[in-house]
Amino acid sequence: MNLAITLATTRRILAQLRHDHRTVALLIVVPSLLMILLRYVFQRQEAFDRLGPMLLGLFPFVVMFVVTSVATLRERTGGTLERLMSMPLGKLDLLVGYALAFGLAALVQVGVVLVISLTWLGLDLTGSLASLVLVAVLDALLGMALGLFASAFARTEFQAVQFMPALVLPQTLLCGLIIPRDQMAGWLEALSRVLPLTYAVQGMQEISTRPRFTGTLATDVAVIAAFTVAALLLGAATLRRRTV
Amino acid sequence: MMSSSPAVRVRDLRVVRGGREVLHGLSFDVPRGRVVGLLGPSGCGKTTVMRALVGVQIVRSGQVTVLGEEAGSPGLRDRVGYATQAPAVYGDLTVAENLRYFASVLRAPRGDVDRVIEEVGLTGNRDQPVGTLSGGQHSRANLAVALLGSPELLVLDEPTVGLDPVLRRELWTLFRELAGRGVTLVVSSHVMDEAGRTDRLLLMREGRILADGAPAELRERTGAADLEEAFLRLIDETAGSPA
Ligand SMILES: Nc1ncnc2c1ncn2[C@@H]1O[C@H](COP(=O)(O)OP(=O)(O)OP(=O)(O)O)[C@@H](O)[C@H]1O
Ligand SMILES: [Mg+2]
Repeated sequence: MNLAITLATTRRILAQLRHDHRTVALLIVVPSLLMILLRYVFQRQEAFDRLGPMLLGLFPFVVMFVVTSVATLRERTGGTLERLMSMPLGKLDLLVGYALAFGLAALVQVGVVLVISLTWLGLDLTGSLASLVLVAVLDALLGMALGLFASAFARTEFQAVQFMPALVLPQTLLCGLIIPRDQMAGWLEALSRVLPLTYAVQGMQEISTRPRFTGTLATDVAVIAAFTVAALLLGAATLRRRTV
Repeated sequence: MMSSSPAVRVRDLRVVRGGREVLHGLSFDVPRGRVVGLLGPSGCGKTTVMRALVGVQIVRSGQVTVLGEEAGSPGLRDRVGYATQAPAVYGDLTVAENLRYFASVLRAPRGDVDRVIEEVGLTGNRDQPVGTLSGGQHSRANLAVALLGSPELLVLDEPTVGLDPVLRRELWTLFRELAGRGVTLVVSSHVMDEAGRTDRLLLMREGRILADGAPAELRERTGAADLEEAFLRLIDETAGSPA
């Protein structure tokens, strides 16, 4: 790995984002809009205080999954990945370059949603702001890593976008957002335990209800980080120097 | 005696793509500091040969040695420049942004970006997004990436396709200049009149080398007036022989 090449890659991806005003707008505006909707759909502040943070864990995950899977699919089909693989760029340079760029984008995204939620929407956060940002950015990185991995199995951008509902919607149903996990059938609960989004949502639940950084939250953070690293390693395995 | 060894040495190269063997045991050498043309009908395997030289092609068997090392080895990654047939540049970035990025990856000096923009004649399009360039400009932006740094071997897949005669002549002048400085160039083309500008020609057909020699030599051997005619005669000569 080479720091200069990694940072150049981050800069390049951010430049691509900068040229794409519409994607930036979608990245920033959509999650904020959804939070505003959520607040006014619920009417009751307690319900918003409970669900708001969970959605703050979900948005960056979903958005980064889609953005990264399409962006890396473009690199694969557009020949730029092959070109980079013939140059002195390490696979980690590319992966970490993506992680830094989209991590930064996630930070801005979460920052905007948070400012709106904490001021205008009056979100009452029991836990610390720092741990919320930590979990949200980790979720974004997890989405990014899974998107990068998933892009290896798509031939077209159309397919890549379809992976989002296929991978994300079942997790959304099982993660405890809609029905608490202890009320689910045993096998569904067992299934939910091996899905990363479960820990993302559980972490956010902890933050919204407990003032301290609890042991459960620490476990959640560790599990999300482990999933992210595993997905990045799987993603690295799909980057090949030689192809048929 | 590294410098006297050939820039490229290929022995019995076999490649299978899509379940079919597309290169059937190719062997050839490319001497250093020469411009070598790779010519042949569409689908004969030119791009596949070039991918093998750069080390991005999975090969079935055979040896490909480039600048004294096995093709694709890490030590070669900033010594070999490759311009793909289909442009491989970021359409949403400007010409300069693309080149700045690839220059950083290659650890090429900063001034290289301006140099290569000038060399491919894109000075007026420096800050234009690549996606909005014309076809010929797009392929020149792609070529510019291969010129970054100081590659000792340039593998250029149809770099002049879709360009007007004036630009084609300018690029060939540039190729000659590079060869004069000791750079080895392997250039594929469909255009027979370009073949005459090379030092050596590799004529390919259906995954085999049909002929290998200087343009004048090939004309003489076949008794043809021009290279197109020479190529057709060579095809007729081998048509009867078993594949
Ligand atoms: N990705 C691929 N999968 C399967 N077969 C392939 C693939 N790419 C090329 N081929 C086949 O390999 C053979 C050689 O292709 P190649 O691209 O090397 O030809 P070429 O000489 O460069 O042609 P052209 O002048 O049209 O660019 C062709 O028969 C082609 O159909
Ligand atoms: Mg080709």
